[in-house]
Amino acid sequence: MEIVLAFAIGTLAGSGIYLLLRPRTFQVIMGLSLLGYAVNLFIFGMGRLQSGAPPVIDAVRGTDPALYTDAVPQALVLTAIVIGFATTALFLVVLLASRGLSGTDHVDGRETENP
Amino acid sequence: MNGWLQHLPILPVLLPLLAAALLLLSGEMRRGPRAAMALGATLAQLVVATVLLGMVDGRLNPAWPGDIAVYALGGWAPPFGIVLVVDRLAAVMLVLSAALALATLVYSLARWERAGAHYLPLFQFLLMGLNGAFLTGDLFNLFVFFEVLLAASYGLVLHGSGAARVKAGMHYIVVNLLASLFFLIAAALIYGVTGTLNMAELAQRVALLHGDERTLFDLGALLLGIVFLVKAAAWPLNFWLPGAYGTAAPPVAGVFAILTKVGVYGLLRFATLLQNVDAPAPFGGDWLFYCGLATIAVATVGVLAAQKLVRAAGFLVIVSSGTLLAAFGFTGTTLTGPALYYLVSSVLASGAFFMVIEMAERGRTASADLLAVSFEAFGLQAKEASSEHPDEMDGVAIPAAMAFLGLAFFSCALLLTGLPPFSGFVGKFALIAAAVAVPSETALLHAILFGAALLLSGLAGVVALSRLGIRVFWDTERPAPRLQWLEAGPTAVLVLLCMALAFGAGPAMDYFDATARSLYDTRAYADAVLPVAGTGTAE
Repeated sequence: MEIVLAFAIGTLAGSGIYLLLRPRTFQVIMGLSLLGYAVNLFIFGMGRLQSGAPPVIDAVRGTDPALYTDAVPQALVLTAIVIGFATTALFLVVLLASRGLSGTDHVDGRETENP
Repeated sequence: MNGWLQHLPILPVLLPLLAAALLLLSGEMRRGPRAAMALGATLAQLVVATVLLGMVDGRLNPAWPGDIAVYALGGWAPPFGIVLVVDRLAAVMLVLSAALALATLVYSLARWERAGAHYLPLFQFLLMGLNGAFLTGDLFNLFVFFEVLLAASYGLVLHGSGAARVKAGMHYIVVNLLASLFFLIAAALIYGVTGTLNMAELAQRVALLHGDERTLFDLGALLLGIVFLVKAAAWPLNFWLPGAYGTAAPPVAGVFAILTKVGVYGLLRFATLLQNVDAPAPFGGDWLFYCGLATIAVATVGVLAAQKLVRAAGFLVIVSSGTLLAAFGFTGTTLTGPALYYLVSSVLASGAFFMVIEMAERGRTASADLLAVSFEAFGLQAKEASSEHPDEMDGVAIPAAMAFLGLAFFSCALLLTGLPPFSGFVGKFALIAAAVAVPSETALLHAILFGAALLLSGLAGVVALSRLGIRVFWDTERPAPRLQWLEAGPTAVLVLLCMALAFGAGPAMDYFDATARSLYDTRAYADAVLPVAGTGTAE
């Protein structure tokens, strides 16, 4: 399970960084989103992977910590998702404003002179 | 008895939140009451911050035992709940940000507030993020407050709109979003190996880590350091700054002068917490020292190359960041006190400088065009322009505007380049004196490098500012700019505060030295936050 998660994070982060370095604003925002997903999975993984273990203590299972998964990273990842969502939306607005004001989707607001 | 006063540490976060919410809801109201609300909230924050400062340094009767105030949010005990911690450094930063914010807010009320929508609520959210970042004692909570202040700053940097602002703002947003992702990775890594997010407990747990776990922690701390260096605009992570600050509305750029210092604050906070466990590279030592020197060098070249005053001012902000980083990276801890003095002086001076520049360049075509474009883009100014002429004049123009501007510009230039007699000079002098006094072989070379960097950057600043100043002030092609008291007043107050710092240099320096000493007393910090555990054996 760890290796699958590691590959998923690696693929997402790699494609995210590639897109982030591209010159078009849409590619940048996709890159940021992919990187955000990679980071969210990473936070999740930092709580150690365990399948079928609930984060909240219930009466039937008892209080042995080994039966439960760490609840803190789940709370963190939830916060991170919300914040990431908001900032992506904000960046989308800036992207559209830039497109409207400059007439191009280049991140510098003007096309580079290609031969 | 003083049960109410115990809740004082949460007020710097709650007040701006409440004010911002009310300002958002009252968007349709007249400008007068809204401005009064924003002013009242900011003034209240200044009062709260001053009271907290008085309580922390023992001048007022504190509402809590000991020097350090710990506020457990929701009453959850520290290692598990989130805490707010007020120590001397946090209180000083709170007062500094509230004072700067009040001045820039008053200035912006004169006319810049009208250049776009939602300026006042965004301003309060920015203050909330700043105050929270200074107060929090929890790593993830620090991330959240960073996001709050960044989200507000994204809005503010675009205030007034226009193609130039959107372009610079977009670069600013992308860089900071990426830095936020790094912050998340760092926080997750650190939590993964130490099992805690509480900063005081974290510092104790690190000492117990060995082998691979320690390596992972170092990696996390390294990423965290990089995030702080991006915020602090250290070379080579600072290419976003001159563009963003140069195009932002002047009062926004003025209040942004403290944003870079949030990164410096974060570095200093973690460097002192981790001082006993060999903090990794970005938190001190040679690495940070040379990074600071490189920042100063590159920014000095930038100051000389700048063709516009605002760009030069942006690079001067980077110079001050570099100076602080180099000071923290210097051998020993004696430079921290003078560095804090320098920090306060440079924040006030650069805040004032951005506003002086705008006033002095008023009426010159470039900035007038920008303002016209921004007023057009929002469309809502057409009616105001016809009734009130925001660009022309409302209110009374102050006499001798040019003389005032000249004096203010001159004072700011002296302050930022570190020439006598103002506090910029005192700060740089104290830094160099402390650096020379460090008794060590390698420290001598470092002291020489450090002194040379400070003096040369000052010289470059003088050259660049006099060249650009001549162009602005001896320009006969235009009418003298007209000012309002609302605009001139806050600028003058900021400069006068710097003068007061210079005249009270002795007591002020003693105070900052005491602040630095209490900062390095991590034992007291840990004991205040974790009264029971003590050695971090909660599990």
